Amino acid sequence: MAGLSLQRFTAVLVKEFIQMRRDRITFGMMIGLPIVQLMLFGFAINSDPRHLPTLVELNDNGPLTRAVIAGMQNSSYFDFRGPISGVAAGEEALRRGEANFVIVIPANFEREVIRGQNPQILVAADASDPSAAGGAVAALSGIVSTAIAETLTGPLAKPASGAPFGVVVHREYNPEGKTSTNIVPGLLAIILSMTMVMITAVAIVKETERGTMEMLISTPVRPLEVMLGKILPYVFVGYVQTAVFLVAAMLVFAVPFEGSLWAFFLGFNLFIVVNLALGFLISTAAKNQMQAMQLSFFTILPSILLSGFMFPFAGMPAWAQFIGTGVPATHFLKIVRKVMLKGGELADVTGELWALMIILVAISAIAMLRYRQTLD
Amino acid sequence: MSPIAAGALVIDVTGLTKSFGERRVVDNFDIKVPRGAIYGFLGPNGSGKTTTIRMLCGLLTPDAGKGTCLGFDVRKQAGLIKEQVGYMTQKFSLYEDLSIRENLDFMARMYRLDRRKARVDQALVDLGLADRARQLAGSLSGGWKQRLALAACLLHEPQLLLLDEPTAGVDPKARRDFWDEIRRLSATGVTVLVSTHYMDEAVQCDFITYIAYGRKLIDGPSGKIPELVGLETWRVEGPDLPVLEQKLKGEPGVEQVARFGTVLHVSGTDKEALRATVKRLEAEGTHRWSLQVAGLEEAFIYLMAGARDNFAAPAAKAA
Repeated sequence: MAGLSLQRFTAVLVKEFIQMRRDRITFGMMIGLPIVQLMLFGFAINSDPRHLPTLVELNDNGPLTRAVIAGMQNSSYFDFRGPISGVAAGEEALRRGEANFVIVIPANFEREVIRGQNPQILVAADASDPSAAGGAVAALSGIVSTAIAETLTGPLAKPASGAPFGVVVHREYNPEGKTSTNIVPGLLAIILSMTMVMITAVAIVKETERGTMEMLISTPVRPLEVMLGKILPYVFVGYVQTAVFLVAAMLVFAVPFEGSLWAFFLGFNLFIVVNLALGFLISTAAKNQMQAMQLSFFTILPSILLSGFMFPFAGMPAWAQFIGTGVPATHFLKIVRKVMLKGGELADVTGELWALMIILVAISAIAMLRYRQTLD
Repeated sequence: MSPIAAGALVIDVTGLTKSFGERRVVDNFDIKVPRGAIYGFLGPNGSGKTTTIRMLCGLLTPDAGKGTCLGFDVRKQAGLIKEQVGYMTQKFSLYEDLSIRENLDFMARMYRLDRRKARVDQALVDLGLADRARQLAGSLSGGWKQRLALAACLLHEPQLLLLDEPTAGVDPKARRDFWDEIRRLSATGVTVLVSTHYMDEAVQCDFITYIAYGRKLIDGPSGKIPELVGLETWRVEGPDLPVLEQKLKGEPGVEQVARFGTVLHVSGTDKEALRATVKRLEAEGTHRWSLQVAGLEEAFIYLMAGARDNFAAPAAKAA
């Protein structure tokens, strides 16, 4: 692989830009798609997921407390992942996405119920994914009433004024519970996956289909020069899409951007490159543009369904989560939500960046091995 | 520079073999091409001409066989061969959505040429396309596309030109111009290997090899081809030639009857049988018969007729 030539790389790069400019329809799609999708999905999607990871801070442990916890568990909305102690630990878990809910049962909870002091259970919900929080929160009052009915007997069962205790819900990161606040940042991951993978795959297969690949590989050009020269113009396209998207997201949907721009920048660059490499890999397998499109769709569906875009990642069965972990969009989605909605800093997204890096290395390695320098 | 001295062999390969799946496309192919020669590849469709050319310039790796192209190992040094070979594909393979100048510029960069702009400008002038340089390559006619493709693969001044059916679909005038250019290049020491279906192009070659079913049937200087084919040809003049033509077909020793203007050329490889037939018909006294030296044209008609399309005859391949 010695003697990589800047000149040959530039030749491919310049050629790609010229071709991109002349292909009006594709160019229009690259710019128009983010806007159209944003409008469609941003206004349309909602859902009601279950089995959400929940942490509980138990400062009391009597039959009533256990009944409430059991009731929540039985409702299938909440999956208890363990106890926790202290406010800071709870917030940290929410921020890192380890839990969607932190439930705090105050000290002397049962005693205060019996005394009629109306104590309060605090439910801190990660509402950056409101579809996850919404259904569960709505179910809470029913769960609590049932727990009371089953546990309290005698005069306590029929309190004079309302419930003997209250539930206070804190919606963190997305106080209004707007679906668009969640769906819009996630859409960036989907739009980039769709266009980047498909366009690269098609751009390369087009060379094979039109017969220009035969000419290309009869020259001394090396695979890496072709790969870089073909991929870089689309990195540029990814930048344009992201810019268009961010502006639309902020103006139309008033999505906040709370976190570190630097973390976002690193994340989306890495994500774009991963998708382009994936497109390149597809192009080494596809024999014509039609196949390239079909294979691209094959990768796009998991990005939509298994990444946590449509359904909360934590709510999926273990095997689906396992597959989802291999999907680049899963990690980028976490980065975008953490940074835009939760004010995440670089340190909060290093795990996701590493995951993307590993996927990138794996995909590129396979792609380079598969790219044929001969016609065999 | 290529390590090839004047008079040395530019291509020297033996035993080249290539299979695609079950199909053996090229079978034990040998060829020796001297420097500056124009070497013609003839044969029916699917006979392995394109595959052979692709193996010679490093686009395909041979399954078996060894040898050198421009002094480099065809198996291991494909990268070095590519630097000095100009390969013109059967199908137009420049970018149709790039302009003429952009295509030439792209190729110049691919070969890392110095004085890029000057070279491209010169190529445009030589082509006679200087004033249409901004036109998209896809909008050119067949003849112009072919000239552009040739110009593109000459930019880096290759030692060896591999032309895969370069004149398919090109009008006769453009074909003649094309061959003038090939002759001129050959005179400057460029070696040319060209595959073709056209007889008038075959006669332009210094050497000819005839391939069918992936195997070489005939190989030699073009002047010696008729002798190698072993044809004897009789010339017939007289009235009602179409009637005679029908009558001759199926007579013992007559393998081929070809009409050239007002005469028939009757050929066969079994000289004794052919002569007996000629003697019998000559006795009828209606036509004038004369023995003549078999030419390249008879030889080619004979070869072409003998080899059906390869795809249509899988049984023959196995034989």
